[in-house]
Amino acid sequence: MVRLPYTTALTTLFSYGLLFAFGQLRDFFRQLIDWFKANDVKGYAPICLGLEDFYVRRLYMRIQDCFGRPIASAPDSWFDVVERYSNGSDKTLKLTSNTSRCLNLGSYNYLGFAAADEYCTPLVIESLKKYSSSTCSVRVDGGTTKLHTELEELVARFVGKPSSIIFGMGYATNSTIIPCLVGRGGLIISDSLNHNSIVNGARGSGATIRVFQHNSPAHLEEVLREQIAGGQPRTHRPWKKIVVIVEGIYSMEGELCKLPEIIAVCKKYKAYTYLDEAHSIGAVGQSGRGVCELLGVDPADVDIMMGTFTKSFGSCGGYIAASKEIIQHLKLSCPAHLYATSMSPPAVQQVISAIKVILGEDGSNRGAQKLVRIRENSNFFRSELTKMGFEVLGDNDSPIMPIMLYNPAKIPAFSRECLRQKVAIVTVAFPATPLLLARVRICISASHTREDLINALDVISRVGDLVGIKYFPAEPPKVSEADHNKLE
Amino acid sequence: MDLASPVLNATTALLAHVSAAFKAPLARAVVFGVHIDGHLVVEGLLIVVIVFQLSRKSYKPPKKPLSEKEIDELCDEWEPEPLCPPVKEGARIDTPMLESAAGPHTTIDGKEVVNFASANYLGLIGNEKIIDSCVGSLEKYGVGSCGPRGFYGTIDVHLDCEAKIAKFLGTPDSILYSYGISTIFSVIPAFCKRGDIIVADEAVHWAVQNGLHLSRSTVVYFKHNDMASLAHTLEKFTHGNKRAEKIRRYIVVESIYQNSGQIAPLDEIIRLKEKYRFRVILEESHSFGVLGQSGRGLAEHYGVPIDKIDIITAGMGNALATDGGFCTGSVRVVDHQRLSSSGYVFSASLPPYLASAAVSAVNYLEENPSVLANLRSNIALLHKELSDTPGLEISSHVLSPIVFLKLKKSMSSANTDLDLLETIAERILKEDSVFIVASKRSTLDRCKLPVGIRLFVSAGHTESDISKVSSSLKRVSASVLSDHI
Repeated sequence: MVRLPYTTALTTLFSYGLLFAFGQLRDFFRQLIDWFKANDVKGYAPICLGLEDFYVRRLYMRIQDCFGRPIASAPDSWFDVVERYSNGSDKTLKLTSNTSRCLNLGSYNYLGFAAADEYCTPLVIESLKKYSSSTCSVRVDGGTTKLHTELEELVARFVGKPSSIIFGMGYATNSTIIPCLVGRGGLIISDSLNHNSIVNGARGSGATIRVFQHNSPAHLEEVLREQIAGGQPRTHRPWKKIVVIVEGIYSMEGELCKLPEIIAVCKKYKAYTYLDEAHSIGAVGQSGRGVCELLGVDPADVDIMMGTFTKSFGSCGGYIAASKEIIQHLKLSCPAHLYATSMSPPAVQQVISAIKVILGEDGSNRGAQKLVRIRENSNFFRSELTKMGFEVLGDNDSPIMPIMLYNPAKIPAFSRECLRQKVAIVTVAFPATPLLLARVRICISASHTREDLINALDVISRVGDLVGIKYFPAEPPKVSEADHNKLE
Repeated sequence: MDLASPVLNATTALLAHVSAAFKAPLARAVVFGVHIDGHLVVEGLLIVVIVFQLSRKSYKPPKKPLSEKEIDELCDEWEPEPLCPPVKEGARIDTPMLESAAGPHTTIDGKEVVNFASANYLGLIGNEKIIDSCVGSLEKYGVGSCGPRGFYGTIDVHLDCEAKIAKFLGTPDSILYSYGISTIFSVIPAFCKRGDIIVADEAVHWAVQNGLHLSRSTVVYFKHNDMASLAHTLEKFTHGNKRAEKIRRYIVVESIYQNSGQIAPLDEIIRLKEKYRFRVILEESHSFGVLGQSGRGLAEHYGVPIDKIDIITAGMGNALATDGGFCTGSVRVVDHQRLSSSGYVFSASLPPYLASAAVSAVNYLEENPSVLANLRSNIALLHKELSDTPGLEISSHVLSPIVFLKLKKSMSSANTDLDLLETIAERILKEDSVFIVASKRSTLDRCKLPVGIRLFVSAGHTESDISKVSSSLKRVSASVLSDHI
């Protein structure tokens, strides 16, 4: 949980207030100037009215160079960030042809499959030559190849469910599957910090949506009891079905879901569970099988398990794993299966090879090494950051660690200063997080070496001192063994 | 008796005293020129009592919230429906599995078949140049991009691809999406909000319908490809609307409709749009790279300047033989999407090798415009040969690369129609080694147009392929539909 000190809250609010006031002033002058200029789009309402894009125009544009930084190489542990410059106070950014080699702490590259891999890439190129870069058709027409069927079986085996179905985009997976499972007359209870794709899917389904407090099984139980007893709104008919949607690792908090307790609550009240493992599949667990393995939950207890291939497997796309009947129903009615171009065959081959590496079926133990490395890297980095006095969120074993910034001015300061020192990090602010809780989000990868991490810690500590985000007292340096013995 | 008389005396004395006191001051009271008599006081008291009673709330039985035990009982009694409905007997779930690239000829079950089920309009599957650029990209960048566009997922090939497409079409800028169908259902909610008016064709495909639903605007459908119906609807909405300056209004159409193969008459639409001040969102997935002298789409086909169309979206999974989608328009339109389009901001970016494949495909199209002539002659040939198919008629436009065949006489329901058509397709694959498909509908799709058989014509098909598919169709449909004609 985030503990926001009072003084920080006050200063943050004051900063936002100041920015808001300046933005309004500028808008006023802009309106004055536009009044004199002729408008050639007469009769058409503007694309954004009034304050709809105020945040974008007046706040985001000032720090635009901290986001959307282009890169010129693979998103591996070290990559080339393209330098940009601006002529007029960040309104437009122009690319140069210079790049700077930086340490990558922002890409979702948990197991290090982002760049060309010695086992995966030759197989991918072979499949490209055989099946070409796209099938140009939907899965139900001519888009199912042998690779797709092989991947579906492999994913089902890896996750521990009877069968699975794959799609070409993780976002589309959530937004098109949820309407197939729940419709009008059903209830969706989702965690308050769920991803935008889940929110979109829930809205598109037509079911009633209720939210429970983030990661709180007690509040979930309260909501379930209230809703089952009350029934549908206004008519009080009983609900047709209830689906509870949670995520494995929350991408903005780095926290693990309290899965055993939530499953217990859902079983007691006969609600169905939907687990979105976008960030946790392949990254946590003894053999990379995700949150279920880490927390000791039997996959048969979760009704539907969803995941993406973008993060840990270095490819693109998403999957759903569930029982045979559900998958058959989805194959007949899911719009993404019936109307969307099937997943590109080289991307499918990349996932197949990556899963084989993780399972050790490629004949080496690189997979096991990667899993051990990411766990060690995450735990080492997190403990070091906490010792330095930063406010770090997230649980142990999770490769995502947000560091709180709070104040809006610290966002560009931290980001630009780190880039100058050749460390590329990602800062997140409103609207992805609540207004007062801006943060830096670090993603650790198995391809980071210990030297990389120590170097990064050094840079972050220095920049943290400059920017002033060490909200907690730092631990005093350890007394060495020799001195300790002397004292005794 | 000796108790009674003093009591009696005391009572009468008391009464006399009271009535004296009662009468005495009032006898002298004159309020506003009206003598106050005793009866007025009684009436006054009665009125007070009546008013008091009226003002009290009526009696309601007190509301008790449910007790914990009652909630427990309700929870125990409640039985949910199963998560998915049972699958129908004999439903066709598994589709034919390809064992090689989905070009004009492919391999299914070890046999070589002629493939009319892939939207490979320009025949770019298996093209050497595209595969070479992909290999170079894979070796340099790996497969995935590992992040959304805002967080180091923007790779220089994305920027090249966006610039290339914008230059090809003649627009200022364009924006890439990572999946074909997510393009349109992210673009529409980015521009249309609650309270806006959208006029859409009733035959738009599911992704457009989903976008319209997510936008929460007022959506009105007009009859499929009927310009009179469109004019009527636009007139209805702008007639006497005083607040027109604040409401955004859009017309959403597809260039080539997936559900019917018709082509939208763009010049009419532009004329109506300018008359009634609506913006146009044009979905060009199946016409980009197909229509027009050099493949620049519907605007070139009709000779309409490209800047008259406000927003153009297209999926690249058809003519360009890659994946993903793009959206293009004025600078304002494109910049707005970079922060408010959910499929762009919250999703990982397109894999770099697919972006470089798109660039090579557009280059190929620019250098070899003759491939369009091949495609057109193939479509014309197919139309000619299929014109006398028993039981089926062509209902798509003569220039559309999707040749849509529907049943001349429809059966009782859409499901029986679909069953018949799928039987035809299966038999054709088994007996003649020609791969065609019937159009399938999802339960979430609200389009009411009839289902049919869709043939996707490619520039890579030869004349013998086309004669093979037409003779096979004629034979099998005659036998399957013989008792239904």
